[in-house]
Amino acid sequence: MSNNQAFLSIKDLVVEYTSDGQIVQAVNGVSFDLQKGRTIGLVGETGAGKTTIAKTIMRILPDRAAHIRGGQVLLDGKDLLTTSEEEMRKVRGDKISMVFQDPMTALNPTMRVGDQIAEVIIHHNDISQAESEKRAGQMLEMVGIPAGRYREYPHQFSGGMKQRVVIAMALACTPDILLADEPTTALDVTIQAQVLDMINDLKQKNNTSMILITHDLGVVAQVCDDVAVIYAGQIVERGSKEQVFDHPHHPYTIGLFGAIPSMNVDEEYLHPIDGLPPDPSNLPKGCPFNPRCPYATDACRKGAIGEVQTPDGHWCRCVNLDQVKEGAIKS
Amino acid sequence: MSTVIEVKNLFKYFPVPAGMLHAVDDVTFTIEEGKTLGVVGESGCGKSTLGRTIVHLLESTKGQIFLEGKDITHVKGKELAAAREQMQIMFQDPYSSLDPRKTLEQTIIEPLLVSKRFKKAEMYEKAQELMELVGIDQRLAKAYPHELDGGRRQRVGFARALALDPKFIVCDEPVSALDVSIQAQVLNLLRKLQKEKGLTYMFITHDMSVVRHISDDILVMYLGQMVEKCPSKDLFKKPMHPYTRALLSAIPSVDIHNPIKREILKGELTSPINPAPGCRFAARCKYATDKCRQPQTLTEVEPNHFVSCCRVNELN
Repeated sequence: MSNNQAFLSIKDLVVEYTSDGQIVQAVNGVSFDLQKGRTIGLVGETGAGKTTIAKTIMRILPDRAAHIRGGQVLLDGKDLLTTSEEEMRKVRGDKISMVFQDPMTALNPTMRVGDQIAEVIIHHNDISQAESEKRAGQMLEMVGIPAGRYREYPHQFSGGMKQRVVIAMALACTPDILLADEPTTALDVTIQAQVLDMINDLKQKNNTSMILITHDLGVVAQVCDDVAVIYAGQIVERGSKEQVFDHPHHPYTIGLFGAIPSMNVDEEYLHPIDGLPPDPSNLPKGCPFNPRCPYATDACRKGAIGEVQTPDGHWCRCVNLDQVKEGAIKS
Repeated sequence: MSTVIEVKNLFKYFPVPAGMLHAVDDVTFTIEEGKTLGVVGESGCGKSTLGRTIVHLLESTKGQIFLEGKDITHVKGKELAAAREQMQIMFQDPYSSLDPRKTLEQTIIEPLLVSKRFKKAEMYEKAQELMELVGIDQRLAKAYPHELDGGRRQRVGFARALALDPKFIVCDEPVSALDVSIQAQVLNLLRKLQKEKGLTYMFITHDMSVVRHISDDILVMYLGQMVEKCPSKDLFKKPMHPYTRALLSAIPSVDIHNPIKREILKGELTSPINPAPGCRFAARCKYATDKCRQPQTLTEVEPNHFVSCCRVNELN
């Protein structure tokens, strides 16, 4: 990781949901930093808490069900979790904006696509309607859509085009941070390649930092500088992309790499991770991965597991690092 | 080895207000016993329609379908029921493909009930065997689908497909909705039972690493047309059609030190409604010439390697 000062810093974030009297522990003490101009990938499987983290940063969690139990989200030293809603409205879209997974539902079906972009611009800038429309047209061009389609509606666009519109909206006010929640998961691979390429270009041009949420390690490999692997609401391993991909240390990370069918090696059978992810309303004691972990010992079933530094200098939440043989990545 | 499924010049068109939607356009292939044909392509390329047409969930427009040498294209009534016992399908979405009001046992028993060949006691015994076969705990026999995770639901879908001991199963994106760690469990199960029972699969997916792992042969489709078909190994070693090459290069690889040179395709899928003759990929293909706008033929460029591209020899 670079020595740049982190300008977004998440500290010990704890978020719970309550439903039917049950407490769902979605995020359990997550901390990470984002440096200027860098991209961090949050990787994990369904229900790991990735989207909850993003929504907490944006402060768009559902009011009744979700409860932030602790932690800080520091943007340039200011805690967004204690910021008033009025001020948050200035932050969203201008300082941090978010791209959602499903472009089909992220757009307003009854509003022209151009106007949806212009709306963001006019909210954050003191400019005329005509000027905002002009800039919205430029944003469309920037994401590769002819400005002539400004007056069309979302249903007239394909999935890939809609996601481009969503990205144009998110980038309209050149935010410092782009929070992209599975931005290409709903798209076909050839379209995914187009969109990832475009995100990379725009990010470089504007020196935007990005938090990319995904379950696809291939996408992380292509887009991110740093990686945090999330399991059951905890970051189990974090470091630079090279550190985590070349020398994964946590048994879950190793298992995740092993479960992907290889593109080069022929194998009769794959290597799945045994068992299922834990129920977040009833997490196992100690390391949440211990019931599925081939290396689990008594120490893993006791208290909370702290982060330790690996020999190559990244961080891993595991007490048995010495026993866990360094997993060789299949290329 | 015998041929289980043979499809000859199969067409499936859907009439839509704007004209004819060419979902499957002249598809031909065979699958040998115990083998897996992977069918890949992006959304809307007709891969699911192809699978559904073969198992007679949809009626074909033109062409022939043979099951173990017998022409079943137009079978009806009892003959159709008999053919269907041999051909089953497993669906993509584990959440919508199980009846929410049936217990797992009832779901698995349903095909046995329909066949009318089993006594009640036999059926429950068979359901138990099937659950054991696909790795579902007996205590879940009376559970409902909402009590299960996606991986277990897909196992139930698989057990239901296996109930009548079919020869051939169409697996329509059976692992796409699952997380990788669970996906690997289900893929291993599919392979294990294929070996034990000599099952023949048509495996539909958009995931190239999954199709490489599971298939013996691969058929690549683009907007209803076959663009390339060959043994799985050859496809990844030497993709010949420009679309296949772009598709393979678009896959994000986890290998961070050897990034593949990516070919970013311009534009998007054109419409499958009243398409112009010729190669449908031509609109996005950087090699396209006037010749590509004429109908293409699938030619055997190398042994068992079929490509539908008039410029294939110049380009490779």
